[in-house]
Amino acid sequence: MDKIWLIIKREYLTRVRNKTFILSTFLLPIVMILFIGGVILLTVKSVDQYKIAVNDASGMFKDEFKSTKMVLYDYRSDINEKNYMKEGYSGILMIPILHKEKKDTIRLISEKQLGLMTDDAIRKEINKAVEDRMFQDRGIDRRVIDSIRENSENSVYEFRSLQVKGGQVKESNSGRSYGIGFACGILIYITLFIYGAAVMRGVMEEKMNRIAEVMISSAKPFQLMMGKIIGIAAVSLTQFLMWIVLMSVLSTALTAFIPHDMIQQAQQVNQNMPNMAQNNSMAFKILEFKNVFSDVNWGLLLFCFLYYFLGGYLFYSALFAAVGSVVNEDPQEAQALMLPITMPIILSFIVMSIAASTPSSPVAVWGSIIPFSSPIVMMARIPYGVPGTVPYWQLALSMVLLFLGFLFTTWMSAKIYRTGILLYGKKVNFRELGRWAFRRS
Amino acid sequence: MESLISVEHLKKYFATQKAVDDISFKIYKGSIFGMLGPNGAGKTTLLRMITGIFYPDSGEILFNGKKFNPSNDAAYIGYMPEERGLYKRMKIGEQAIYLARLKGLSRADAVQKIRYWFEKLEMQSWWNKKVEDLSKGMSQKLQFVTTVLHEPQLIILDEPFSGLDPVNANLIKDEIYRLSQKGSTIVFSTHRMEQVEEICDHIVLINKGTKILDGTVRQVKQDFKENLFQIGFENHPHSLPPNQIFEVAGTTDHSLVVKIKDGYKPHDVLQYLLSQQHEIVLFHEILPSLNDIFIRLVEGTPLSRQFQPVVA
Repeated sequence: MDKIWLIIKREYLTRVRNKTFILSTFLLPIVMILFIGGVILLTVKSVDQYKIAVNDASGMFKDEFKSTKMVLYDYRSDINEKNYMKEGYSGILMIPILHKEKKDTIRLISEKQLGLMTDDAIRKEINKAVEDRMFQDRGIDRRVIDSIRENSENSVYEFRSLQVKGGQVKESNSGRSYGIGFACGILIYITLFIYGAAVMRGVMEEKMNRIAEVMISSAKPFQLMMGKIIGIAAVSLTQFLMWIVLMSVLSTALTAFIPHDMIQQAQQVNQNMPNMAQNNSMAFKILEFKNVFSDVNWGLLLFCFLYYFLGGYLFYSALFAAVGSVVNEDPQEAQALMLPITMPIILSFIVMSIAASTPSSPVAVWGSIIPFSSPIVMMARIPYGVPGTVPYWQLALSMVLLFLGFLFTTWMSAKIYRTGILLYGKKVNFRELGRWAFRRS
Repeated sequence: MESLISVEHLKKYFATQKAVDDISFKIYKGSIFGMLGPNGAGKTTLLRMITGIFYPDSGEILFNGKKFNPSNDAAYIGYMPEERGLYKRMKIGEQAIYLARLKGLSRADAVQKIRYWFEKLEMQSWWNKKVEDLSKGMSQKLQFVTTVLHEPQLIILDEPFSGLDPVNANLIKDEIYRLSQKGSTIVFSTHRMEQVEEICDHIVLINKGTKILDGTVRQVKQDFKENLFQIGFENHPHSLPPNQIFEVAGTTDHSLVVKIKDGYKPHDVLQYLLSQQHEIVLFHEILPSLNDIFIRLVEGTPLSRQFQPVVA
């Protein structure tokens, strides 16, 4: 046991003291926060207020248009297409006398394109005014229209989505659950690739450097393999922890620097844009996220995240170690052998995106139980509620299977590792791997 | 003499050849043991079994009289494989400490011993450098140090001199000799017969997975001697009349080489020559070199090992 500890320490320390590690751990959050800050600033700055002159020949729209931060409407009958710029307007809205029988054209004239946002905003205002006009023509009072408009969802009725199981009632917020689930799923997906590959590279390094033989004369191959896997697990946990800490610290700093209403404004601007142009960047998603800290069961979520993070890593890194031990100098060989491992991971990601939006579908359920995909898929389902969407037995089964799965892959890989690490120059195919794995030692 | 390692009827078959096919021998404590053989003979496989890296298919290995237990006995063994290798980007001092600790040394002990060796071999400035900064000869010196650091009872060196320049080769040779004087048992596997002759006590010659020689250097040479003697004359006769005691096998600038016939002794040759009024200035036996013996024994077999399917 002593020896494994020595090996773990070495694997951990050499990686943690590495310049690349330190850089990536500190730079990433800083870059991300700067990026978010930048997006906010840019979005807000990009909103100029346009002054639009309204030449309303029909007289229907007088005072109908409401000026906003984006568009300032000025009713002038003396301005036309020729002189609007001189008078200091960015554009002019030419409304002709509207006839009921034919479709007339309302024109927005400007020298420079005012942009999708402004165009759309103006169009919306016009539509609203026309609608109002049509209601009025049919005898519906303006005030009635106004009060109806103002009666949003929350005054006439309240919409609540509830999960009821047994005696428990829980508020459900599908959007939020989707977001959390998806985020967790992605995190674990990325982890598997980054750290799984790190394990494989470490094993390959020992083989290429020929130090494997010296090591095996001092420690058992199993100790070498597990020492490396656990050491890298510790590195990944360290990096994650640092990222979380840094992200929290920095994003709090960000809100200190950028006034709150600027952030809100940026969000509003984003929402007001026509859907196609919405800047659905991660930046905004993260911002929206921070407002949602209410009654998610963080304790359970964290525990499950750690369990699946580690479990998934251990499950797959054993396989990566086995592949690394068998590869010779040919990088193509490495790619080919990696394929059967990366495929399930990628597949899990696809299942996860389904599970994140329909957590109770059979695909999602099975995906969250089978050890190959459970680390990624189960995390997408859990935010929807345990024991609601995810019954206790499913969670338990999934965890147990993952544990057994990791034992199995470790056992199998240890056998492959022990033989492969000293075999140089021989190309190995899967049948041989199978033989090594299942041969009696 | 006590045996440190006893190898009995060891077998290791791979799919394409019988790497080790029923080999037995003993390695005595405090000796310098040479394991010789052509390429592909099975030396490395044998050594790997002795170090516990491979498990034999059948046969036994005894360490200090007890069944060999790799996890426990590894601490008493130092192994330098033929394919040298160390972690390239790890600092040298750190790496030496790491390897020593894996062998069971405490950190303090490891540091002290490393300092001792580094000073001895003039490697002090290497402590904070990385292995990738070293030349090949330097990294071999380093690897040698890491192998012997924990004062193992058994030191196994697979081709320790390959790639070393004469100065460094000599250095290592001296260290091997000194370690043996201090009580370590040293096994090395090599092709370099001159080195073997210089320092080995006991040798084993392996070919195609089987043992074809086993004995002390002196014994082996005696076994293979051909009764050849070199005789130096004050006045080189250039030829001698044929006689029953010996026949002339060759001449050099200053001497004759004669082969003594069966039934006669060197004494008889001397007597005969003196009776012929020759003035002898030199008279010694030409023992075959290990190189010659090696070639003689291995000749006739293919120079490299062929692959054949194994019928177990």
